Amino acid sequence: MDANEIKGRMKIPRQTMSEQNPHERVRNFYEVPYGFTPEQAMAEAKRCIQCKKPLCVGGCPVNIDIPWFIRLISEGKFIEAAHKLKETNGLPAVCGRVCPQEDQCEKVCVIGKKSDAVSIGRLERFAADYEREHGEITIPSIPKWTGKKAAVVGAGPAGLTVAGDLVKKGHKVTVFEALHTPGGVLMYGIPEFRLPKKIVQSEVEYLKRMGVEIILNAVVGKLETIDELLADGYGAVFVGSGAGLPNFMNIPGENLSGVYSANEYLTRVNLMKAYQFPEYDTPVIRGRKVVVIGGGNTAMDSARTALRLCPEEVSIVYRRSREELPARVEEVHHGEEEGLRFQLLTNPKKFIGDHEGRLKALECVRMELGEPDESGRRRPVEMKGSEFTIEADVAIIAIGNGANPLIPQTTPDIKVNKWGNITVNPDNGRTSKKGVFSGGDIVRGGATVILAMGDGRRAADSMDEYMRTGIW
Amino acid sequence: MYEIVEKAELAHTVYQYKIKAPLIAKKRRAGQFVVLRLNEMGERIPLTIVGSDDKAGTITIIAQEVGKSTAMLGDMVVGDSILDVVGPLGKPTHIEDFGIVVCVGGGIGTAPVLPIAKAMKEAGNKVISIIGARNKGLLILENEMREASHELNITTDDGSYGHHGFVTQVLQNFIDEGMKIGCVVGIGPVPMMRAVANVTRPYKIQTVVSLNPIMVDGTGMCGACRVTIGGKNQFVCVDGPEFNGHEVDYDELMMRNRSYIKEEKAAMEEFTYHEGAKCYERECK
Repeated sequence: MDANEIKGRMKIPRQTMSEQNPHERVRNFYEVPYGFTPEQAMAEAKRCIQCKKPLCVGGCPVNIDIPWFIRLISEGKFIEAAHKLKETNGLPAVCGRVCPQEDQCEKVCVIGKKSDAVSIGRLERFAADYEREHGEITIPSIPKWTGKKAAVVGAGPAGLTVAGDLVKKGHKVTVFEALHTPGGVLMYGIPEFRLPKKIVQSEVEYLKRMGVEIILNAVVGKLETIDELLADGYGAVFVGSGAGLPNFMNIPGENLSGVYSANEYLTRVNLMKAYQFPEYDTPVIRGRKVVVIGGGNTAMDSARTALRLCPEEVSIVYRRSREELPARVEEVHHGEEEGLRFQLLTNPKKFIGDHEGRLKALECVRMELGEPDESGRRRPVEMKGSEFTIEADVAIIAIGNGANPLIPQTTPDIKVNKWGNITVNPDNGRTSKKGVFSGGDIVRGGATVILAMGDGRRAADSMDEYMRTGIW
Repeated sequence: MYEIVEKAELAHTVYQYKIKAPLIAKKRRAGQFVVLRLNEMGERIPLTIVGSDDKAGTITIIAQEVGKSTAMLGDMVVGDSILDVVGPLGKPTHIEDFGIVVCVGGGIGTAPVLPIAKAMKEAGNKVISIIGARNKGLLILENEMREASHELNITTDDGSYGHHGFVTQVLQNFIDEGMKIGCVVGIGPVPMMRAVANVTRPYKIQTVVSLNPIMVDGTGMCGACRVTIGGKNQFVCVDGPEFNGHEVDYDELMMRNRSYIKEEKAAMEEFTYHEGAKCYERECK
């Protein structure tokens, strides 16, 4: 590419995705952005200058060959682009939607230094959607069976990545999932309006067509232990059981009716489809005034879900200031467009109930920012005497999750740290127990979908090596 | 899919089912439960595993029709299948030789007592059981409990069968007579469990209750089933379901169990008037 062509490409403006208008979308659970049209996708793809040493690839936790798939899109070869993506990423329609690209591939895009970075995530989403919607999903050729079989515990992003990779290397793979649907957080956590569930299921279907076996309703540790799986002839086991243990605040009134963990609220609404109650049987308290405690993506997802259940008012209560909100800027922006309010520098002290034990208000205190703590963020400090109450009949606690304790409890020879996270060698995902590998949130604590997938990728490579050589 | 291979009516609107679930049948121990979902649009509900047959690969559950899901389950017959059955969940009962164990079951709560009584007897305990119901017609598992116990006492609130009165009165009599009780297991409606705990508390008799809060996943990921035990929050699905009866905040449990009364009633009305029989076979579009 010569200098003139690069100049020409840099003049193309970043394409914008049209989306449902806020007043309409806050009344439904349909996806907010519509995605690129083929013309927009080709125009956006032409903004990529095809760097010889592309930094974007290094910014992607699974190292997708980004310039290559983008070039295919710029040439109108959408199906080929999707196939290219799937060589390294089994869930491109998911990642194109939920990855924080501004902190990954797009953060290091060279174009971004001078103008807006290339919309890598949106292009990834476009190619995967195009392939799915045009019914041309083909599966790669699977090598002859190696004679080895592997077990995967948990059908979330980490486990599904391991399963897809190992099947492509010729192993037989069985995934054990505790819930009645595969997908993990993609199904129960991230809401329909951000990630339509039929997309997740179609990506799971793709893995199944490649030969991945998924056993649902199977709680490893209760139904079968890891030791039993190893004794049953599984050559290696991957533990991807996630960080699904909700943290509570341990303040008075936390067990009043109407106080939810974000996990419970989102599981009821997303997985059990309580937003369609009574057509679906699972209820959820809709509330009139909803307060969400926390400032991360889970808090935003909970708050934007609550907005769609038609209450009068939904507020985020967060103990630091706006600058420290850990949620993606895009999510905060979408929330505000939909009418979400913010009570910043505010911390709940107790939940107040009525005579029936139902939540009616939160007593909160104002905070100010003091000296920076170990994480480098300024520590919030209570302002004495600033107590006030916020009326609320539903409160959702979204202050993070701990590691799921089930596997460590039932497999005591797997080493965990003081937070209960499984300890692994970060280069290969090996745990302290021979033949057992791990990755994703059970190792990292609550992190991102794509980091879990990157862990899965590394673990799958070393599981393959271990099963072939037998060397630990 | 999990097939129903046997169904029996134990009392009015109370049914016992044997369900094909070989892996659960092999693994389950006394005190554990399953979560089941009848169909694609169904909710997840917890039910105790009352027994199992390893050879036949079946587990036994007992359910009373109290709302939409259990009424739909009540409509199901042999040959029908339940979409999802997850288990065995929860910690097994702590079984040891306590000497004398008094097993107290109230109403449908006799179902979870049965496997515990059996296991306690097998462990060498002298098992004395007290089971009660509002009236004779609602009494369940009399023969099974008789077989699982060295001595069985029956009470009815209306005096239509056995001792006229509450299970707690019989328990109090045992204590007053000087019976050396090693452990009391009391399971039934929350007020009954609280009453049992109140009887044994002054004598410091170890008392185990099995709690029945609202559950969603049943694997510890949501905290819907949280209850205050000895001042600390516990998740009944993974930390229980059995706890020291003297430490449970029963008022809180009852309040939390009423959280969805309005919705439960609406769902039942919708079901009764609009959906009718066989609606457990529905599938989402």
